[in-house]
Amino acid sequence: MIKKELCKIISQKEIANDIFQLTVEANLVNEIKAPGQFVHIRVDKSFDPLLRRPISISSVDKGNSQFTMIYRREGKGTSLLAEKGQGMQLDILGPLGNGFPVNELSPGETALLVGGGIGVPPLYELSIQLIAKGVRVIHVLGFQTQSAVFYEKEFLDYGETYITTVDGSYGKKGFVTDIIKNLEFDCLYTCGPTPMLKAIEKEYSDRKLFLSLEERMGCGIGACFACVCKSSEDPSGVSYKKVCSDGPVFRAGEVLI
Amino acid sequence: MSRLNIELPGLKLKNPIMPASGCFGFGKEYSQFYDLSKLGAIMIKATTVEPRFGNPTPRVAETSAGMLNAIGLQNPGLEKVISSELPWLSQFDVPIIANVAGSVEEDYIEVARSISKAPNVHALELNISCPNVKTGGIAFGTIPEVAQQLTRRVKEVSEVPVYVKLSPNVTNIVEMAKAVEAGGADGLTMINTLVGMRLDLKTGKPILANNTGGLSGPAIKPVALRMIYEVSQAVTIPVIGMGGIESAEDVIEFFYAGASAVAVGTANFVDPFVCPTIIDELPLLLNQLGYEHISECRGRSWKEHGELAYHRA
Ligand SMILES: Cc1cc2nc3c(=O)[nH]c(=O)nc-3n(C[C@H](O)[C@H](O)[C@H](O)COP(=O)(O)OP(=O)(O)OC[C@H]3O[C@@H](n4cnc5c(N)ncnc54)[C@H](O)[C@@H]3O)c2cc1C
Ligand SMILES: Cc1cc2nc3c(=O)[nH]c(=O)nc-3n(C[C@H](O)[C@H](O)[C@H](O)COP(=O)(O)O)c2cc1C
Ligand code: FES
Repeated sequence: MIKKELCKIISQKEIANDIFQLTVEANLVNEIKAPGQFVHIRVDKSFDPLLRRPISISSVDKGNSQFTMIYRREGKGTSLLAEKGQGMQLDILGPLGNGFPVNELSPGETALLVGGGIGVPPLYELSIQLIAKGVRVIHVLGFQTQSAVFYEKEFLDYGETYITTVDGSYGKKGFVTDIIKNLEFDCLYTCGPTPMLKAIEKEYSDRKLFLSLEERMGCGIGACFACVCKSSEDPSGVSYKKVCSDGPVFRAGEVLI
Repeated sequence: MSRLNIELPGLKLKNPIMPASGCFGFGKEYSQFYDLSKLGAIMIKATTVEPRFGNPTPRVAETSAGMLNAIGLQNPGLEKVISSELPWLSQFDVPIIANVAGSVEEDYIEVARSISKAPNVHALELNISCPNVKTGGIAFGTIPEVAQQLTRRVKEVSEVPVYVKLSPNVTNIVEMAKAVEAGGADGLTMINTLVGMRLDLKTGKPILANNTGGLSGPAIKPVALRMIYEVSQAVTIPVIGMGGIESAEDVIEFFYAGASAVAVGTANFVDPFVCPTIIDELPLLLNQLGYEHISECRGRSWKEHGELAYHRA
């Protein structure tokens, strides 16, 4: 069930340059089904900005009725969000969409989690849940530059972790795809910028592969047709999937990226 | 006694609040949040003869207190709407207003003929004002003679009253309104979105893949009010008003301007509960303003404060 709830901010802090970690208390945690689901946040009571902002759930603490998000300060909406402090309330709609399937792997198998920039956050909860199932997890996380790197230590707690930066200021210089080439895995889960997803899908479409897509949204619940993409079986036709309600996670080959 | 019920051609409304076309799909998504029978009516997503995919993405862009959309009339097509969406909606005690779109006159006629036979469709809304499709849509909405002829031909085949949805992208909205009234329209709905655009700061490229899109939301409210104020004095058929409505106060303002009912579009994206919230708040606001029934508010601006000068000229 999707809920609309005024959630109390438990904490918010800047964990890397322009990267914020935000934890809220909310009953809607009980509705969260899978890592990779997201919420739609109204950052201000006014109508400017008008639309809600989609942000992924990065970890869930059902015991304390809390969940955490990690986001980058970008434009108007996320800048306002970054100003919110502990104890303030946030209007959140969620959980939305379908997340990463964790049951694709059996204990002892290996999952490769590949994230780029602000696509990294939802992989954190995914890693936690895979480890709990006895799945081995490898992380490959790509960032622009050293100051944008976050959660390296947190991911290291759950498994091997490789960091790349585009400018080489931290970790290995280059793209995540340079690292993946040399790794063995049974299933690949990825979230990040579209060019990265495209490169990964091109290389590994014959493998078990799940990709989380990004698209500009209106409603976030499947009503407005803002966020559609074409089905792969019918590239020139009228078949479609909605990123908000059919995704954001799709199996490779399901939709045209 | 109800203080909100309104009767319009083809429509017995429990209250004058309905979601606007394209902002509510075919109702399913919002039925997770509340009982759709609470609504006065539902204006469903535009329906065309064949299924349509619509425009490439990005299809939405934001602007201060508003949004631009270029969905491009994506819909599952007439057959699917009749065989599956409308029967699903029939579980609710709420009249449906079917939004009819097309590229050529024959398209509109075909959709109108079939969809007006569905038992829960109580009225049609002719969408002659979509700014996001290359042919049809807007042409029908900007040339009075073309709009009048289309209205007349759709009236001939429709089994239910026909409302015509006017485009604000014209220099003389009153002329358009009068033309479709003369074509036999039973009512008007207004306004559709205003054509606009946003550019990316880094690349200079339009944000929307379609380059331009329709502006909706609170930003367009004053435009809608002005147009309804003018049109409602110039025609005798009722006007269903829309454009940036998000509160009970807004609803009253639209009634003052001359609307007989209203539709809420973009605000559903901001708050999925906006329609039932407005319905609950309206009686309290009527108390504060000293009205027994909402219909008493209709046209107050021009009834009490004079007609628009240049209309009489
Ligand atoms: C399913 C999903 C999950 C996401 N999860 C995260 C996350 O965990 N952390 C994070 O930092 N970001 C995430 N994003 C991206 C995030 O939504 C945008 O960065 C944010 O909306 C930008 O808003 P703004 O007001 O700062 O930017 P502005 O440029 O002012 O936004 C203008 C409009 O464009 C939209 N928009 C701009 N960039 C994007 C984008 N990349 N994707 C979708 N809409 C966009 C905004 O929502 C808004 O409607 C996610 C996006 C999607 C679709
Ligand atoms: C995403 C979106 C899709 C729309 N689709 C349609 C449509 O299919 N047919 C139509 O007549 N109007 C459509 N409209 C216009 C609305 O019905 C309404 O006239 C307009 O948005 C103004 O109202 P608002 O400011 O309350 O949104 C659409 C508007 C939006 C925002
Ligand atoms: S955002 Fe409205 S359908 Fe996906």
